Amino acid sequence: MAALVVFLPLVAAAIAGFFGRAIGDRGAQVVTCGALVLSAIFGILVFRHIMGQSAPHIEPLLTWIAAGGVDVEWSLRLDTLSGVMILVVTVVSAMVHIYSVGYMAHDHFIPRFMAYLSLFTFFMLALVTANDFVQLFFGWEGVGLASYLLIGFWYDRASADAAAIKAFVVNRIGDFGFALGIFAVFVIFGSLDFDTVFGKAPAATHTVMNFLGWQVPALTLACILLFVGAMGKSAQIGLHTWLPDAMEGPTPVSALIHAATMVTAGVYMVARLSPMFEYAPMALAVVGVIGGTTAVFAASVGMAQNDIKRVIAYSTCSQLGYMFFAAGVSAYGAAMFHLFTHAFFKALLFLGAGSVIHAMSGEQDMRRMGALWKKIPITYVLMWIGSLSLAGIPFFAGFYSKDSILAAAWASGTAVGRYSFCLGIFTAFLTAFYSWRLIIMTFHGPSRADHEVEHHIHESPWVMLLPLFVLAAGAIAAGYLADNFFVGEGRVEFWKSAILVLPQHDAIAASEHNSLLIDYLPLIAGVLGIGLAYVCYMLRPGIPAAVAMHFRALYLFLLNKWYFDELYDRLFVRSAFSLGEGLWKTGDGTLIDGLGPDGISAATRELAREASKLQTGYVYHYAFAMLIGVVALISWYLIPR
Amino acid sequence: MLQIGLAHYLTVAAILFTLGIFGIFLNRKNVIIIMMSIELMLLAVNINFVAFSTVLNDLVGQIFAMFVLTVAAAEAAIGLAILVVYFRNRGTIRVEDIRMMRG
Amino acid sequence: MILSAIMFYLFAAVAVASGVMVVTARNPVHSVLFLILAFFNAAGLFVLMGAEFLAMILVIVYVGAVAVLFLFVVMMLDIDFAQLRAGAARYLPVGLLVGVILLAELVLVFGSWAITPNVARLAAAPTPAATAVTNTRALGDLIYTQYIFAFQTAGLILLVAMIGAIVLTLRQRTDTRRQSVTEQLSRQRSETVEVVKVPVGQGVGD
Repeated sequence: MAALVVFLPLVAAAIAGFFGRAIGDRGAQVVTCGALVLSAIFGILVFRHIMGQSAPHIEPLLTWIAAGGVDVEWSLRLDTLSGVMILVVTVVSAMVHIYSVGYMAHDHFIPRFMAYLSLFTFFMLALVTANDFVQLFFGWEGVGLASYLLIGFWYDRASADAAAIKAFVVNRIGDFGFALGIFAVFVIFGSLDFDTVFGKAPAATHTVMNFLGWQVPALTLACILLFVGAMGKSAQIGLHTWLPDAMEGPTPVSALIHAATMVTAGVYMVARLSPMFEYAPMALAVVGVIGGTTAVFAASVGMAQNDIKRVIAYSTCSQLGYMFFAAGVSAYGAAMFHLFTHAFFKALLFLGAGSVIHAMSGEQDMRRMGALWKKIPITYVLMWIGSLSLAGIPFFAGFYSKDSILAAAWASGTAVGRYSFCLGIFTAFLTAFYSWRLIIMTFHGPSRADHEVEHHIHESPWVMLLPLFVLAAGAIAAGYLADNFFVGEGRVEFWKSAILVLPQHDAIAASEHNSLLIDYLPLIAGVLGIGLAYVCYMLRPGIPAAVAMHFRALYLFLLNKWYFDELYDRLFVRSAFSLGEGLWKTGDGTLIDGLGPDGISAATRELAREASKLQTGYVYHYAFAMLIGVVALISWYLIPR
Repeated sequence: MLQIGLAHYLTVAAILFTLGIFGIFLNRKNVIIIMMSIELMLLAVNINFVAFSTVLNDLVGQIFAMFVLTVAAAEAAIGLAILVVYFRNRGTIRVEDIRMMRG
Repeated sequence: MILSAIMFYLFAAVAVASGVMVVTARNPVHSVLFLILAFFNAAGLFVLMGAEFLAMILVIVYVGAVAVLFLFVVMMLDIDFAQLRAGAARYLPVGLLVGVILLAELVLVFGSWAITPNVARLAAAPTPAATAVTNTRALGDLIYTQYIFAFQTAGLILLVAMIGAIVLTLRQRTDTRRQSVTEQLSRQRSETVEVVKVPVGQGVGD
């Protein structure tokens, strides 16, 4: 049945993709949504089944590579970690599929869109059920491909094309690191199978290998390289530049790929490889630092953005930072918990934003919204639910997961942990601030929209709202229900051997001894953030503009995303382009073409033209030439004598 | 000097031959000069043949010279016929104007 | 002995001088006349060498036929008295140089000529003694026996040359009507006779 879960979306994608024109728009939607719903139901059943078993269950499918030392099989690894991911991926994907039926109703290429969505789901499921590095990489690349296809779905828009290429290229850089990490793993362990590698990991703690001339600890190197891949996929600082531009894709894409599933693949990977990372504390420290820095960076940028989707995109980036620094202090359970709840409330926020955009006839700039809460009340309530969950207000899902992360970070006692904790608290404050900034700017205040647009504001159809209800239910209840299993008392039984936490690193256990202040600090930060947003945007709307003018440099710094894009452009893009142009114009054009085809043909023509000048048409010139020839021949024969 | 030998005759022939060659490409006047220069060259060759025939006591040289004569006559006839027709079509036989074969 | 030397030098000098004049004369008629002079002197050289038949043939054929032909053509064509063009001055040094080189090489070759001792055996057609047979007779003996093939071919060449010259220069008169027998014979009934059904009393009409 697990095989069905993974392959049903692929079959649906193939049908909708190849026969889309034959079965029509409605047919494609029915096929894909039906397949995904079935997959979700089976996914829930599989999850229950996994809960019942005691050890990871591996279903072999077929042998892929059997060459020399490399033995790779297609197989499905079913343990708690993959079970949780299967649940998240299939449920959220099914909801997004149903939502897309309504959102993309007026698009011209519906079968292609549904096919791409289902294709993506297949790749993601292949990734999470992988039993070895190669299948993991296969799924990894596949979701990158699906992301590219979906970001550039409206391919007649130049900005969408550029964004798709940017996403793919930046991902590629991460994937290069990932590939190097896989090579390193193979060099160290001689195998790519998870169980084999995990078994040998403790013994390899002190192995040293040669990298670019230096002697480095092998396991740390491998883990860091693998983490570089995760940085690319999960948009951590440095390789994050693609995520905001990825908002060029349709909103359901943003919800599915860039909030709930693909970007969380990096977190999943670190959790899956916890048996390796636990023995490479330096790598964990790197993960933690980067995660913490990303969290605060993204939140600060999100504060200044004006596009509703960009705010939520930076929010995603920031929350991913949370998940990573949780992993960095070995609190994998907390990271996965936050992944789980985040999937629900972030997808809810994105789809809700989609609902707003749908109501505003495509308008995405918050500065042109306002006074919507009476006109689209259901969406308004749903956005509130999502934001409350995101900000970590008690009882909502985000509260449990976020607090467990911050508690574990403090309790770990390490410098990285404390650093991450401080940044995390500040980020919580910023998160609450920009979330309520979004809500207030979008739904409250006077209407700043066009008259035409204002006229057309309407609530979304039921086909779009139903998935939102399901996600909202998750955003509310998922935290409370799952807390015990993910990070609470029952976590050992829950996770079993899926993730490994060494006793000396067990931050979650240690977090039970945190002081009350530490426990409540995130909540205080969140409430303060909400309060500040209320003051700045509801009570005295002039404050933000005044602050922006006074701290103009800082404001511009945040608005321009810390000038990362400009920096990369100056450093890499320009040099790559000029190198490419140089190689093209000079290397290819002048040198190769010049010496090759063009050059030879031009030289031939020149030679021919010069030679043809000998044909003057005068007979006496010809006779003269003959004479010279005769004289030369005679001289030739005479000289030796 | 006084004893006329083979070399004398050959030298005369060589001088006439060279003169014929000069005539071909040094003239700028008309094509008839070229034809006459060719006749001069053939004459030089004939002198050569006969000189050798005399020295080697071999009549073949003279026979061949006769054939050369025959062919020279035939070639002169045809060449002049072509020249006449050319003149009819072009109206000039100035050497400088004959350059239609220009490459 | 000395007489023959003087005659040789006389003939040779005049031949070379007239050769120069052929090339450099301004008037093309003068060029032809100098050519004739060169031929005559060459004939004289031939006589000195003992080939009197050839000498006479030279006079008859070359002078009498070819040079006269040249004269005809020169008279017929409208030839200007062209000045020596400036372009010739450009080529003159180079051409002169090349010619002098050629001449020098030829003389070099002739000077170092050595005749193999057993040449008598190699002669293809040994010259009979001049007292036994005349030059003409000796030539005839050779041509009509050993070289008959070449002789006939030479005749053919002359025939072809004649036909060629006629074909090249023949002009049809445009103001006379001639019969073309081929055309007459290849006439078809279909293109000449037309049968018309004429109703009674109506005539053929137009």
